[in-house]
Amino acid sequence: MSTITFAQATLDAMTEEMARDERVFVMGEDIARQGGIFGQFKGLADRFGTGRVMDTPISETAIVGACIGSALAGMRPVADMHFADFIGVCFDEVLNQMAKIYYMFGGQKSIPMVLRAPDGLVNQAAAQHSQSLEAFFLHIPGLKVVAPSNPADAKGLLKSAIRDDNPVIYFEHKALFSTKGEVPDGDHLVPIGRANVVRKGSDVTLVSYSMTMNHCVKAAEILAGEGIDVELIDLRTISPLDVGTILESVARTTRLVIAHEAVKQGGVGAELAAIVAEEAIDCLDAPIVRVGAPFTPVPFARPLERAYRVTPEKIAEAVRSVM
Amino acid sequence: MCAKAARGGEGTSPSKYGKELLAGFYRTMTTIRHFEQTVEKCFLEGEIPGFVHLYIGEEAVAAGVMANLRDSDYIQSTHRGHGHAIAKGADLKRMMAEIFGKSTGSCKGKGGSMHIADFGVGMLGANGVVGGGFTIATGAALAHKMQGTDGVAVAFFGDGASNRGTFHEAANMAAAWGLPVIFVCENNKWASTTPYRTTTSVDHIADRAAGYGMPGVVVDGNDVFAVYEGARSLVERARRGEGPALLECKTYRIKGHFVGDPEKYRTKEEVRKVFEETDPIPRFESAVVKARALTRKELDAIDGEAREAVRLALEFARTSPEPEESALFEGLYV
Ligand SMILES: Cc1ncc(C[n+]2csc(CCOP(=O)(O)OP(=O)(O)O)c2C)c(N)n1
Repeated sequence: MSTITFAQATLDAMTEEMARDERVFVMGEDIARQGGIFGQFKGLADRFGTGRVMDTPISETAIVGACIGSALAGMRPVADMHFADFIGVCFDEVLNQMAKIYYMFGGQKSIPMVLRAPDGLVNQAAAQHSQSLEAFFLHIPGLKVVAPSNPADAKGLLKSAIRDDNPVIYFEHKALFSTKGEVPDGDHLVPIGRANVVRKGSDVTLVSYSMTMNHCVKAAEILAGEGIDVELIDLRTISPLDVGTILESVARTTRLVIAHEAVKQGGVGAELAAIVAEEAIDCLDAPIVRVGAPFTPVPFARPLERAYRVTPEKIAEAVRSVM
Repeated sequence: MCAKAARGGEGTSPSKYGKELLAGFYRTMTTIRHFEQTVEKCFLEGEIPGFVHLYIGEEAVAAGVMANLRDSDYIQSTHRGHGHAIAKGADLKRMMAEIFGKSTGSCKGKGGSMHIADFGVGMLGANGVVGGGFTIATGAALAHKMQGTDGVAVAFFGDGASNRGTFHEAANMAAAWGLPVIFVCENNKWASTTPYRTTTSVDHIADRAAGYGMPGVVVDGNDVFAVYEGARSLVERARRGEGPALLECKTYRIKGHFVGDPEKYRTKEEVRKVFEETDPIPRFESAVVKARALTRKELDAIDGEAREAVRLALEFARTSPEPEESALFEGLYV
């Protein structure tokens, strides 16, 4: 085990996978010279050269399109989106090309590619630099979507994503980059599609992912002090969802709360709640409750952004409401 | 390959302009400079949150272009938008309050620096998405045409933004439909940490205009007279219904990409040298004083007024209240 930052964990994953397979390369804005705006690519160009770590023009459409094309021709590209918000620029490439090609062309060629997308709230960056957009991609068949919450999963999921033969969107929360955690040494892989029960509990199942997991850990501690025993599940993969782990947990606890930073309306929580309602409504002793952002763009001003955020207190309150 | 784009506005003498226009250039440039220096200081002291991109060193572009525009003309700005807003006549107090995230801000504290806007004076917004403005400016120009006015729209953009697909789509649509839009490139040599020529295919962005059948003109963006003259002929053309054009203003980004940028990609020495040699404000001062078009005393008076206006804006921002939490839910739909 070594204790490293989330950013370093992603860098280790990139370094190991690029050393392991010379078809792996990465392109994006400000990654070669600068080492990424969050330091997550530092030194990668020194090690592998600017032929495999490429600074691009501000051309997200061409970045994603060219990665798809190179994948069709035998490469295994990683594209950096700078901020997840800018996926809006290349949405056609993601929606109609990257996600469709394998199925639509009868399985002739898969797209082994990773789209790295730093997302989430940080430093009052306002409406166009703060969003959590994973729910859009949960709705697109053909994509895999992951969202790690800690350095170990960051490394393991990125390595798995690079090795996966399907297109994977890798959401990495900007506020997580500087956080530290223990990462297993060696070739550490976390399987895509598998949730992680991070805290066993008997009273209520609390499901989350990415940055909001940290808030859930705090909420669970607060609630433990009140005698509420929370089972905490880190989804880690948003698509395909690990339905089995959640149903198994809910069958025991009979209560479900889902928390995420993204807008509540139409979010990942809505899909999970629907699945549990369809599959296991008889197990439930209380309504399913979702915690998410209000239905507004992310506001700039301090008190507004504060009110917008999902916090440990809001999560704890939601859990109390189902007890 | 040499530039196909025309060169505009060189060797203009200040004495041919009226005092009012000259004073206007100076007022705009010094107001922007004081405003930006104040914002920088407040940001570094922790009073301003979010992301802030400064316009210092590029003031002549906004001042020279906007002197050709009316309130009823539209502009689309960028993430580096304070200078555009000031030059277009946006209210300084409400701008500063917005950057501070106060309820009295021009966007009620919902936008901040990257989303500064003042629709009342035709400033249709800064944009956090690089290249987000081209097509919107084109649409505003389309509306002018449909409404039968002789109004124009200006899209400001950086050299980096010229590599977005939206630039190319907007340029083609504007030219194909003969729309009154002027694409003004602020080529400040850097796109964030990337030197512009490493990711851009041409020396002059204005060369790309030829591909869309519109004039492309290159001017010294640190010479307010050159910018003014270059923009004037293109704006007049657009008002006459002769269609869009591209004006490339060569300038330099003096400050980091954003306030707090460690700037590891260039040396302080390089920046200091460029600034000393090309700072548009002293250049203007010495030109007008030498031509006896304005006196030192007149310049000092204008500078003093600009300083005072910025001081008042800061005081207004500092003493304004933050928005109430309930404002979070206001203003989503009309
Ligand atoms: C679509 C999109 N991609 C990337 C970014 C991140 N970004 C913000 S400003 C910038 C550089 C812009 O360079 P340029 O257009 O030359 O303008 P300048 O900053 O030099 O004024 C980048 C890459 C963004 N905001 N939007």
